[in-house]
Amino acid sequence: MRSIRIGAGAGYAGDRIEPAVELAEKGRLDYLVFECLAERTIALAQQEKRKDPSRGYDPLLSERMRKVLEPCRAGGVKIVTNAGAANPVAAAEMVREIARALGLAGVRVAAVTGDDVLGQLEGSLRIQETGGTLADLGDRVISANAYIGAQPVAEALALSADVVITGRAADSALFLAPLVHEFGWSMEDWTRLGRGTLAGHLLECAGQITGGYFADPGPKDVPDLARLGFPIGEVDEDGGLVITKVEGSGGGVSAATCKEQLLYEIDDPARYLAPDVVADFSGVEIREIGPDRVSVRGATGHDRPETLKLSIGYRDGYIGEGQISYAGPGAVARARLALRIVEERLRLTGVRCRETRFELIGVDALHGATLSSGGPEPYEVRARVVGRTDSADEALRIGNEVETLYTNGPAAGGGATRHVREVIAVASAFLPRERVSTRVQCLEVTP
Amino acid sequence: MKLREIAHSRTGDKGTAANISVIAYRAEDYPLLERYVTAARVQDHFQGIVRGEVKRYALPRIGALNFVLPDALSGGVTRSLALDAHGKSLSSALLSLDLPDAEGKESSNGR
Repeated sequence: MRSIRIGAGAGYAGDRIEPAVELAEKGRLDYLVFECLAERTIALAQQEKRKDPSRGYDPLLSERMRKVLEPCRAGGVKIVTNAGAANPVAAAEMVREIARALGLAGVRVAAVTGDDVLGQLEGSLRIQETGGTLADLGDRVISANAYIGAQPVAEALALSADVVITGRAADSALFLAPLVHEFGWSMEDWTRLGRGTLAGHLLECAGQITGGYFADPGPKDVPDLARLGFPIGEVDEDGGLVITKVEGSGGGVSAATCKEQLLYEIDDPARYLAPDVVADFSGVEIREIGPDRVSVRGATGHDRPETLKLSIGYRDGYIGEGQISYAGPGAVARARLALRIVEERLRLTGVRCRETRFELIGVDALHGATLSSGGPEPYEVRARVVGRTDSADEALRIGNEVETLYTNGPAAGGGATRHVREVIAVASAFLPRERVSTRVQCLEVTP
Repeated sequence: MKLREIAHSRTGDKGTAANISVIAYRAEDYPLLERYVTAARVQDHFQGIVRGEVKRYALPRIGALNFVLPDALSGGVTRSLALDAHGKSLSSALLSLDLPDAEGKESSNGR
């Protein structure tokens, strides 16, 4: 049975670059996919695009393409990425220029658009997290993008695109699209679409299935994480899947790494909602069939949802933060005194916070007092104060009050830092799928 | 016996919910997970952290459980004040759960 090899070249926007080069050069791939969009990324990118219409795509995309375009061209490897973020067309133009500069005549770069639905939404649209409507968010709304599926990416591949760049396509759809295109799967073949979606789900976080985010020295050792190899999915015409990696790269593919990734970011395993299918992972079987080779079988699927999920980015105030460290005998007591002082100072100086946290890094910052109790006192501890405010000025005063502990607080505090950021929050909503229409534009490097 | 001795785990996030997988290293230990690592015990373990009701999904074919903790991320990754806004370190907290040892006794130290 025919199968194709899909490599995952990035699991998030800032991911390592060399593992993708290794895949392009030695992976014997048919496709190389870069997943580069977190929930909030597109909202930030939309702000960039407003400032400069030629921006708004992933800033690392150019470096990634400079490194992989030549080996991909040489090996006949096609590239799919959602790094177009808020501006897939500008990203495609940039990639075409890189290909031209590299002398790669004939390279075709496609941009998929249509996920940006900000201009076509009614104010009455219901927001899931807030329970309110889009209108309630008013002029704080920055972006609204639909999670689009595999169809437009497969269309671009059918136009002989060598590189396909999308905005907010669903992560798994970037991997499903090459399968739909290569094997001619029907967009109503729910079983195969479910299996292809599983392949995408397993591969989309790149190194997280080849030993990244897995090591726990002792029970779970992983070799050579500094040279972690990114994964390759071998998928056959029926959606049968083998996960592997480039021979000689770091990390390791095992049943255990695949199981952890199978359940990563999953609610009900029998109902994994994707734009093209409701995939069912509940009956999946995972088996090691060779060194760094794991077979994954048994996914199915059901009719796709009638709606597409929207990701809505909006400005949501500011977060101000300050930290300072204490060490040696009495460190925890001095750090707690520091927290009490800052709490009182914020009150005395009228800094209005909607929400605050006063905690000790090294003691109770991650999981709160209950889970953290009973441990021995640490040698050093870091006090952390963080609060949400409506204004940047008030957010700054939180960190300032931590910094003034130097001359006004407990003895021997050191290493104070402060930080302010505007919060770009993301909420979700649903839109009937027929309201979203996608478009494919193809650019070519002419000789 | 700590859960960490027979199982491994990874946390993911979706909006304001966290999910935590608990996966048996050996297939023969999976029934122990099913029996002792209940939604109620996980709820109790994370009191003060999780606000909604914990749901458990069983995947016997891979020897794993999946726990979904709604409203566990204080507003979700994009707006949380938490040091670990993704809740990624929750998996390690769950692996500190006490299970009965071979004689059926639970160790007395709850952490």
